[in-house]
Amino acid sequence: MSVPDVRSWIDRFAELVHAERDRLTELDAAVGDADHGSNLDRGMKAAAAAAGELGDAAPGELLKKVGMTLVSTVGGASGPLYGTLFLRMGASLGEATDVDGPAFAAALRAGLVGVAARGKAEVGDKTLLDALTPAVDELDAVLAEGASLSEALGRASTAADAGRDATEPLVARKGRASYLGERSAGHQDPGATSVALLVAAAAQTL
Amino acid sequence: MKKIINDPDTVVADALLGIEEAYPQLRVDHENKVVYRGDERRPGKVGLVSGGGSGHEPLHGGFVGLGMLDAACAGEVFTSPVPDQMIAATKLVDDGAGVLQIVKNYTGDVMNFEMAAEMAAAETGVEVVSVVTDDDVAVQDSTFTAGRRGVGVTVLLEKIVGAAAEEGRDLAAVAELARKVNGNGRSMGLALTSCTVPAAGKPTFEIGEDEMELGVGIHGEPGRERVPMASAKEMAQLLVEPVLADLPFGSGDGVIAFVNGLGGTPLLELYVLYHEVRSILDQHGIGVARSLVGNYITSLDMAGASVTLLKADDELVGLWDAPVSTPGLRWGA
Repeated sequence: MSVPDVRSWIDRFAELVHAERDRLTELDAAVGDADHGSNLDRGMKAAAAAAGELGDAAPGELLKKVGMTLVSTVGGASGPLYGTLFLRMGASLGEATDVDGPAFAAALRAGLVGVAARGKAEVGDKTLLDALTPAVDELDAVLAEGASLSEALGRASTAADAGRDATEPLVARKGRASYLGERSAGHQDPGATSVALLVAAAAQTL
Repeated sequence: MKKIINDPDTVVADALLGIEEAYPQLRVDHENKVVYRGDERRPGKVGLVSGGGSGHEPLHGGFVGLGMLDAACAGEVFTSPVPDQMIAATKLVDDGAGVLQIVKNYTGDVMNFEMAAEMAAAETGVEVVSVVTDDDVAVQDSTFTAGRRGVGVTVLLEKIVGAAAEEGRDLAAVAELARKVNGNGRSMGLALTSCTVPAAGKPTFEIGEDEMELGVGIHGEPGRERVPMASAKEMAQLLVEPVLADLPFGSGDGVIAFVNGLGGTPLLELYVLYHEVRSILDQHGIGVARSLVGNYITSLDMAGASVTLLKADDELVGLWDAPVSTPGLRWGA
C-alpha cells in the first residue's frame, strides 16, 4: 500500500466516526461522560484535513501526523490512546514508501502495544483493547496462512466486531466507567465500538 | 438550567478573559488556555504546573501566584487539557530547575500529562516530574478501577508544595514533598444536587429532594451509595468516619481540616458542617492545627460538600503558613 491508500483509510474512518457520532456519544453517556462521539469526530475531521495537506509524505509520516493531530484535538482519554496508536504505527513504518501486509500488521501490533502501555489496560478491562487485540491477532494469523492483506483485514474486522460485542457484559476496570463498578455491565464499550470502525475502515480501503 | 453565559462553546475562553482582567498580576495565554504568573521570574526555582478540566474554579487557575502554582492549563468543562497546553505551560514557567506537574488521578488527565512530559522533555530538555493526587476514599476496590480520584488534597498540596518551591527546594525534594502530602491526605464528598454542564444544559444525574449521593465525584461521578437526606451532624459522620478509618488517623494526630463546598452550597452551611466535623475530630482526640472552609474545588453548581483531612507535622504546617498570594488563597504576603 502507498500514501493514497493510507489517506483513504483515514478519510473512511473519519466518515464512519461522523456517521456514528451520536451512537458513540450515547454509549458513552451510559458509562462515561457522553463525549466520545463528538470528541473523536472533531479529532478525525482535523486529522483527515492534516493528512490531506501533507502532500506526498511516506505512509509512516502521514500516520504520525494523524496521531499528533488527534493528541492535540481530541482530549480526554481517547486523544492520548488514539494518538499513541497512530504515532506508534508511524514510528514502526519509518520512512518506507511502499508498505506490504506484514509491515502493516507489524505496525498495527506496535500501535496496540503502545495503547496498552499508555492505558495500563489489558484485554477484559472493557476498553478499546477488547476489540483491537483480537483484530490484530486475527490479522497476523490470516496473513500467516498466506492470504492477501485485504482478506486478512476483512477477517480482522469481523474479529473486532465480535470483541466489541463481547464488551457488553463486562465490568469496567479502567477509565471513568470503572467508577460504576458492577453497574457498568450491560453496556457496550464506546472505545471498543469506535476502534471496530477503524478496523472496518481498513478492511474497506486497504 | 439558567446560567450566566453567552455561548456554551466559548464558556472557558470567555472566563479566561475575565480572569485576566480581574487579576492584573496574572497572564493568560489564550491560544493554549494557560494562566500563568506575571510577576518577576525566579531563576533556579522549580516550576509548578497543574491543570485539568474547567468547572472546578478556583482550582486550578485561581491558585496561580506567589507561593502556589506558576501555571495552570484549563481544559474544556470536565475534560482534560491536551499535551500542547502543558508543553506551552512548561516552557512558560521553566526557570532552569525543572518542572513539577500536579495531576489529579483521572484517566484522561494522567495520560495527557504523561504524553506532555515525554514530549516536553524531548523537545526542550526540561526535566519534568509528575505527581498524581488520589485521595478520594469513596472509590472502593481501587485496584480494580482507574483508582481513587484526586480531589480536595490537590488544593492543600498546591499550597504546601508551592511554598516549598518558593523556598528554593530542588525538583526531587519538591516532588517528594508532594508525594508525602498526597500520602497523608484523604477526602470524601456528598452531593445534594447534580451539577449541570453548560454544553449539556441539563443535570448530569437525577436525584430526589429527599436523597443525597454519598461519595460523589467532582464531575458528578456516582459515589458509594444513594442515602436519605440527613442533618449536618449526620452528614459530618458519613464523611469523616470513612476518612478517619482509611489512613488511619488516630488520637494525638494533628491535621489540616478542610471543608470544601462543591459550588452550590452557601458558606453559611459549610460553617455548620465544619462545626460538626470539628466535634467528631475532638471526640477522636485529633487536633486541628489549621483549617480551611470555603469553595475551593468545585463541581460547577453542584450543592454539596467534601471533607479533606491531612495529617500534618511541623514541616507541613510551617509550609501551610508561608505567604501566598493567589486569587483563591491569600495570606501573609
